[in-house]
Amino acid sequence: MKIHEYQAKALLSEFGIPVPKGAIASTPAEAETIAAQLGGKVAIKAQVYAGGRGKAGSIKVANTPEEAEKLAGQIIGTRLVTHQTGPEGIPVSKVLVEKAVRVQRELYLSIIVDNASRMPVMMASEAGGMDIEEVARTSPEKILKVYVDPSAGFQAFQGRKLAYGMNLSPAQIRPAASLMANLYKLFQAKDCSLAEINPLVVTSDGEIMALDAKLNFDDNALFRHSDIELLHDVEQEDPLEVKANDLGVKNYIKMDGNIGCMVNGAGLAMAVMDLITQAGGIPANFLDIGTVNNTDRVVAAFKVFTTDPSVKAILVNIFGGIARVDVIARGIVEAHQQMDIRLPLVVRLAGTNVDEGKSILSQSKIKFIEATNFYDAARKAVAAAKGDKI
Amino acid sequence: MSILIDKKTRLLVQGITGGEGSFHTQRCIEYGTKVVAGVTPGKGGSEALGVPVFNTVAAAVEKTGANASLIFVPAAFAADAILEAADAGIPLVVCITEGIPILDMVMVHNYLKDKSTRLIGPNCPGLISPGKCKAGLMAGEIHLPGNVGVVSRSGTLTYETVAQLTGLGIGQSTCVGIGGDPLPGSTFVDILELFQKDKDTKAVVLIGEIGGTAEQDAARFVKGKMTKPVVAFVAGATAPPGRRMGHAGAIISGNSGRAQDKIAALAAAGATIAKSPAEIGLTTQKVLQKWNVTH
Repeated sequence: MKIHEYQAKALLSEFGIPVPKGAIASTPAEAETIAAQLGGKVAIKAQVYAGGRGKAGSIKVANTPEEAEKLAGQIIGTRLVTHQTGPEGIPVSKVLVEKAVRVQRELYLSIIVDNASRMPVMMASEAGGMDIEEVARTSPEKILKVYVDPSAGFQAFQGRKLAYGMNLSPAQIRPAASLMANLYKLFQAKDCSLAEINPLVVTSDGEIMALDAKLNFDDNALFRHSDIELLHDVEQEDPLEVKANDLGVKNYIKMDGNIGCMVNGAGLAMAVMDLITQAGGIPANFLDIGTVNNTDRVVAAFKVFTTDPSVKAILVNIFGGIARVDVIARGIVEAHQQMDIRLPLVVRLAGTNVDEGKSILSQSKIKFIEATNFYDAARKAVAAAKGDKI
Repeated sequence: MSILIDKKTRLLVQGITGGEGSFHTQRCIEYGTKVVAGVTPGKGGSEALGVPVFNTVAAAVEKTGANASLIFVPAAFAADAILEAADAGIPLVVCITEGIPILDMVMVHNYLKDKSTRLIGPNCPGLISPGKCKAGLMAGEIHLPGNVGVVSRSGTLTYETVAQLTGLGIGQSTCVGIGGDPLPGSTFVDILELFQKDKDTKAVVLIGEIGGTAEQDAARFVKGKMTKPVVAFVAGATAPPGRRMGHAGAIISGNSGRAQDKIAALAAAGATIAKSPAEIGLTTQKVLQKWNVTH
């Protein structure tokens, strides 16, 4: 799960990491008031769940409160398009107004779980800023890494190693190392999947602070962080994905095509999408229906398909294992009883309780096209979406 | 003719009294697996599916000689269940549970590194040695005993693959679902190593997917250490690029998470690539013919 920069900075601050003074504004007037309180030059930063804001022109500097109001007015209420969003962009409804900071150096700091070592890794670089990925590609030696032994936790020497490695001045070593220790504490305490400060700056006064902040959280750990879950801003997500999630359909990702897909298992779902593409079609979504214990989630998935105006055919491909084919079949029948679904439906069933599943479907009055294997299913779904007779 | 589990496996089920646990344990018993014990704290002394239930894994091991554990415990308690099984000295732990927090798994791996326990999963379908033992969720009847090993990150795509193999009369020595989590207990390389050593496995089918670098690691192993033919499929060639995890994700993995990079690495290592998921069986059949493997 993602959160906004201003929320991330509040968490950093709570864990003792210095951030610029600032506050959040939902209107130009609020931005003006905050700028007046801060005094002097301020930065106006669009709050969206996407990177690339600087390059997209949604971070501006205002010299006076009046200018802050004007610039905030140019940002709030727009849709921001960056290289990380779709062409339709995402809405900006808030700006962070911060006291402008005179920057001497731009550094980089992050923590992620490294799959190879199976440990959290802290990465630091003195080449922080917008081109850090390019630095990692062309001069990987400029990215310093320390691996954190989970039983020992982050150690002071590791902080010193990174701080000296970034060529900080003697007076900056201790605050930098302590900032790193605090970032690790935050990462651990809140079950982050990513904690990234880019840039971490040295100000002209020699102070070290987080000028930007990105925190992502492990969705699987949200059950123990209700405070974090509350921060989620659904306005930033695809509306169909939000609806799916609200209905209990968790692993749904909206895509550009017209074939609504319900598959069990992420790998099989991806393979079905590959087959649809090979058969000349485009999926409307990725959906791993997951472990189905009752029919609710199946019915909910059909609700999502019928809400999506781009869906012209539905493909259900289930290979029962932990998901039971009979439960899925019952869900399909219930969905058709509850809703007026006129979309062509292609069904391919196999695995645990398959015979029961097939007989449930064939005894119902639902019209469906049966597929014998999953290539057949993809081919028939592509044809059905085009309006061909099968 | 198999790895990890066979007729000698004495299976214990943690979470045997839960809905999923009892449903799938029943299927394992019907398949012929020797399920010797169940563990549910608070229900010790009772019986489930004709099997004695214990409060702790240690007690179950002492009384029944269980040598493998299958875990169906909810995500919030699953890491604890894995550690309990390892602490009791169980050599093989198969964790079905999906949705375990990644930092819990970091802690689990740290605990396991000095233990002799091998973990399969989490978030996996388990494993089966057809005709001998099933410790997992797969439908037993789609399998056929034989000499092709299957290892996969995906559950249902494994069933699909096995159904294709069985349909062509190609049997399997053992099918292992290593699970879809970023920190699996056993990796492709761990399982390939076992298949390479198993004299009755003559060829291996590997099913990968986008994300991470497990397929590239597998490719290095195939190139350097495998003398047996490998057939590979990587799912997600047409999936949209994964949601980016800030810059840090890119710094760690570059482009290596993409299907085309994984396919290229496996092909360069000498694996035969199945171009479509519907052709994994046929591709395997051709490879077996080329290598003169009778099945």
